[in-house]
This record gives sequence, structure tokens and C-alpha cells, in this order.
Amino acid sequence: MSAREEVLGRIRTALGPDRHAAPVPDGYRTQAGLSPAELLDLLAERLSDYRAIVRRAEPARLPEVAAGALAERGARRLVVPPGLDLPGLDGVDLVEDDGLSARELDRFDGVITNAAVAIAETGTIILDGSAGQGRRALSLIPDYHLCLVQAGQVVGLVPEAVARLRPDRPLTWISGPSATSDIELDRVEGVHGPRTLDVILIGA
Amino acid sequence: MSTPVYLGMPVAPRGVGHLRGEPFPAAARRALADSQLRRNLGRATATIRAKRAAVVGELPDWEELRLAGEAIKTGTMAHLDRYLEQLESQVTARGGVVHWARDAVEANRIVVDLVRATGASEAVKVKSIVTDEIGLNEALAAAGIRARETDLAELIVQLGHDRPSHILVPAIHRNRAEIRDIFLREMGDAPPGLTDSPAALTEAARLHLRRAFLSARVGISGANFAIAETGTLCVVESEGNGRMCLTLPEVLITVMGIEKILPTWADLGVFLQLLPRSSTGERMNPYTSMWTGVTPGDGPQQFHLVLLDNGRTAALADPAGRSALHCIRCSACLNVCPVYERTGGHAYGSVYPGPIGAVLSPMLTGVGDNATLPYASSLCGACYEVCPVKIDIPSILVHLRARHVEETHRPTPEAVTMAAASWVLATPGRLRAGQRAGRLGRLLSRDGRIRRLPPPLAGWTAARDAPAPPAQTFRDWWRSR
Repeated sequence: MSAREEVLGRIRTALGPDRHAAPVPDGYRTQAGLSPAELLDLLAERLSDYRAIVRRAEPARLPEVAAGALAERGARRLVVPPGLDLPGLDGVDLVEDDGLSARELDRFDGVITNAAVAIAETGTIILDGSAGQGRRALSLIPDYHLCLVQAGQVVGLVPEAVARLRPDRPLTWISGPSATSDIELDRVEGVHGPRTLDVILIGA
Repeated sequence: MSTPVYLGMPVAPRGVGHLRGEPFPAAARRALADSQLRRNLGRATATIRAKRAAVVGELPDWEELRLAGEAIKTGTMAHLDRYLEQLESQVTARGGVVHWARDAVEANRIVVDLVRATGASEAVKVKSIVTDEIGLNEALAAAGIRARETDLAELIVQLGHDRPSHILVPAIHRNRAEIRDIFLREMGDAPPGLTDSPAALTEAARLHLRRAFLSARVGISGANFAIAETGTLCVVESEGNGRMCLTLPEVLITVMGIEKILPTWADLGVFLQLLPRSSTGERMNPYTSMWTGVTPGDGPQQFHLVLLDNGRTAALADPAGRSALHCIRCSACLNVCPVYERTGGHAYGSVYPGPIGAVLSPMLTGVGDNATLPYASSLCGACYEVCPVKIDIPSILVHLRARHVEETHRPTPEAVTMAAASWVLATPGRLRAGQRAGRLGRLLSRDGRIRRLPPPLAGWTAARDAPAPPAQTFRDWWRSR
């Protein structure tokens, strides 16, 4: 007998014919019930709480705010995914990813991406690899990540985000810069993923 | 060597992996004598208990989420065969390859063969307890393949030639000074002036692993969740080492216990709230990766999923203990356990320590091979209160104690004592005679306590005093009034 048949057979023997299971109680929240402005405020607060640097920008002022963030970081040469929704910036070299190697990605000052969804309550940004977000390695290897989030992408709760996402896409959920608490449970920000996460929330 | 069975189900085989150790009382006694260990543990568990309590308290619907989590897991187990077949067909349809492993030996052979087929002599690993359960690193080493742990705590454990002692923070038993010494001695490229600040130690680990990540050809991971409906795998982490291992290699091999499956995509909305808050005490862990089969142009272009039994179906066959398989490995029960807090994880002898380990390990190996673990608890119930999927660990512990007594044919001192008590208590005359005889116990006592009883009762006083029998029994006193 194959291992597959044997394991499935063991499960059937273990469970027997009586497979009753009660329905799942659904009393948990599936809507935060916050206004768009409240959602943005909560997201900004929660992102900052886990040491992301948050800026707000009206759509027209995005280039100016992004340039300010990059200047503050001292980042001049950045990699961007195809389809990034950002006009050119003066004095900044934006290189579009066309299948760069991991070592090449390691030599950029940082990366700029859009996002798919953001969760206010947990301070989470989610990338799904579609246009403007790029493949997963792009937002991982450079040491600095500037992420542009549109107000309309912000939801309140985790279940709302799950409902919006497409499971067939590779997803990366990001809540602050990489971190570890492995030494005496002291939190240290910045391990293998980007050590600095800047977020610009775009909306009124 | 024969492997015992429970209700006809083979348990995890002996001689491979890390589910069995020396008896708990002996290991615990040694751990309790290590004052450094107790200081490290006391500080760490207190910190994480406070963090968890704060973020759990933020949610008005925490109890509703726990109820949903419990029901989802119960429903999953009730139709585990169907969900596994569904997962297999979804992963396969998206370009992945699914392998089934009856036990640790078979899983190790599958992974070794897969790595060999790539021609690589090294693999980078995401922290995974299940690969530790089956002893995968040893199997790879025997095949000439170097498995590099990339989680900071697992790296500390691996470089220290040590064993993990906690589900979430495997190096919780080490303090910063010990970690600095390990890095300087074992890392090879640690900066000579390395200090013991956590930031400096973390930076040393980052530089040490950077080259390995950028040149890795094979990644090996476990899985926190797998979605039957969509074929999606999910790994939660903090450092980004997981993303490195899941994204950069050409080949990804994921080893997963069959119980980690969830039926639907929407179930993640519940479990991605329960797990991070219970585990690291964060609203959300820094990184969560999800992938479904192979995505052209993004990440590994070969994906293998190994579905592992290794005693899980034996646990499933025990209706009173089955819910131990609901565990999502958050480790909240370890951090609140008065026994774990004092003995640490090594005393449990298994990769699954603490209250959940005291039920899970004996169910995976058969109770006979971990017979002392169901007794490694005061049954205070704190573990049940914090469990995000409401596993009633105290009840399972009591159930496993009963199973142990039933499965042990040799009469224990406890069984002999209980049989004698039942004979003595059967008639008033026997009780009267027994109580008179018991008064002889006063000869052993000093200051009203008996510090050491003779065999076969010596076990009772090994860890506690027995009160001296009174000079006059209640019955004598009543008659004399």
C-alpha cells in the first residue's frame, strides 16, 4: 500500500463513520465600523507602534512627500517594480526590476512599492505581487522599504483583509520592520528583512 | 525493537527524531538545580505573559475568536481525510508536488532524496518544530547535506550544540552573555569586539547568514497553516529569515504535520488573530508569507509538500485526547505554566515541551514511552485558560494518566495502595483495625511530620512530608464522649 493510502486509511479507521461536528460560531467581528478617516488614523498609530515611519500625503503632494522621505533616508538609487504608481522624482535614480539577481538587489539603497490591502487594527500592509508591488524578493532584500498605501486600500480588521485578498497570488503581510525577540525577549528591530520601513498613506 | 500501537494505529517510531527523553522527574531535578536557567526563564516568561495579556485585552471579541478557532479545528479533524485530499489536489493543480510520509523515517528519506536530486550540499531552513521532531537535520547530515538554521534562536541552539527549550523562543534558556560566548566560539565570522547587547548579537547573525541566503538553492520549511480549499501554505515569522528561505531558493520543501490543515481561506481571518497575539504577544507578527503552488517568475520554481503522520493518527484515534491535535504551536501554555516556568523545556525530553507537550508527546509516541509527562503538571488549569483554541489540557492529562495506569500491567505502588484501601474501607471492623495499625506510624514521625516512609511508600515522601497519624482517631474520640 502507498503511504498516501495508508495514512488516509488510518485516518478513516481512527475517526470511524460518525463524523459529527458542530457549526462554527461566528460571533467575532467582521467589520470594524470605522469611518475612512478613523481607519487611516488607526493604521498610522499602529504602524508607528511597531516602529514603521508613517507620513501622510494628499495625492497631489505624493512626489514631494516621497522625495522628502528618500532624502531623509539618504536613499538615491532605488529599485521599483513594473507598474509602480509614482511619478519620477528629481535627483533619485529609480531602476525598474527586470529579473535582477538577489546580489544585484542587495546593492540598491532601497525599494519603493505600492500595496494591495492594509489592516488598520494590526498595522499590517499586504503585498500580493501584482503591478506596482513586484515579486517577493524585491521588497525583501533591499535594507529600506518605502511603501505607498492608498486610503481606499485600508480595511479595519483581519477578516476584512482576508476577504479582499486573492489566495492564488503570493502574499506578503508586513507589520513593521523585521524584528526579533529571541535574546531574552528584548525586541530588536532590523534582522534579515528591511531594517527600515517607511509608509506613506495617501488620502485626504 | 517493536513499536507499540494504540487502537491499531502505529505511533512515532523509536530511534529517530526528538519526541522521547529521560523520565521527567530526573530531568526536572537537574533543571531545578540550575539557578541561571531559572532566572532566564522567570524573566522571559513574565515578560511574554504581560505582552500577551495586553494585546488579548485589546480585542472585544477574543472569546468569540477562541470559540470559532476551537470549532474550526474540531470540524477539521472530523473530516481530516477529505481536507487532505482537497489540499493535495489544489497544490498539485498549482504546480506543487505532494508527498505522504507514514513516519519520521519516511519523511527524512523523502527530503534527503529531494535535496540530493538538486545536487546541492546545503539547505537553508526556516524554524520548524516538525523537522526537529523527525530529526531531519541529523538525517541530512548523514547524507552529507548541511542544514543551516536561519532563525536567530535556532541558530543559537545549533551553534551551541544544544536543544530547543521553547516552542516560540527555542533559546529562551540562554542569556545574552552566554549567546555572545557561543557566537565568538562557533560562528567563525563573528566580529572580534562583539558585545552582548541584543542589537549587536542580532547584527552579527544578520551578516553571518546574508551570504547563505543570497546563494541558497534549497529552502526547507514547516507550515503554520495550509488551506484545503485553495492549496495555500502559510508561514508566520518575525525576522525575515522565513521570507528569505521561502523566496530565494530554486527549490522549496515544506514538511507539515497532517493536523496543520484548515478547511477554508476565510479561516485565516480567525487564526491570524489568534496566533500572533497568543504567541509573541503582538497584534501581528512582522512577516507572514503565503504561497499557492508555484508562481512563474516569483519565488521557488519547484515546490514539494511533505504530509507527515508520525503518530498523529494514533492521537486522532483517541477521542478523549484528539483535541491535542488542534494545537497551533503558539506556546502561550508554556509561558503560564508553573511547572514549565521552573523546569524549562529540556526537562520534557521532547521538541514539544510545557503543558501541550505533556499531552502531545505521549499521544504521538504512545503513553508508555513518555509515561512521566502526564504527571508533569499540577492541573492548575492556567494552560486551558490561555489556549487560543481552547484545548482542555488538564482533562487530557488526567485521561492520559488513566490510560497509563490501564496500559501498565505491572501493579504500581499506587494501585496496590488503592486496592488495600478499598479492602480496609469495606467494613467498619477492618477500618478500626487498620487505624490502630496506622498509629504505629507515629514511631516514624518527628514534630508531627513523617519525612521518609519505608518502601514501598517511599515515593510519596520523596518530594513531600506525610503528616503523622493522630494519637487518637475520630472514632475513638467519639466513642469516649
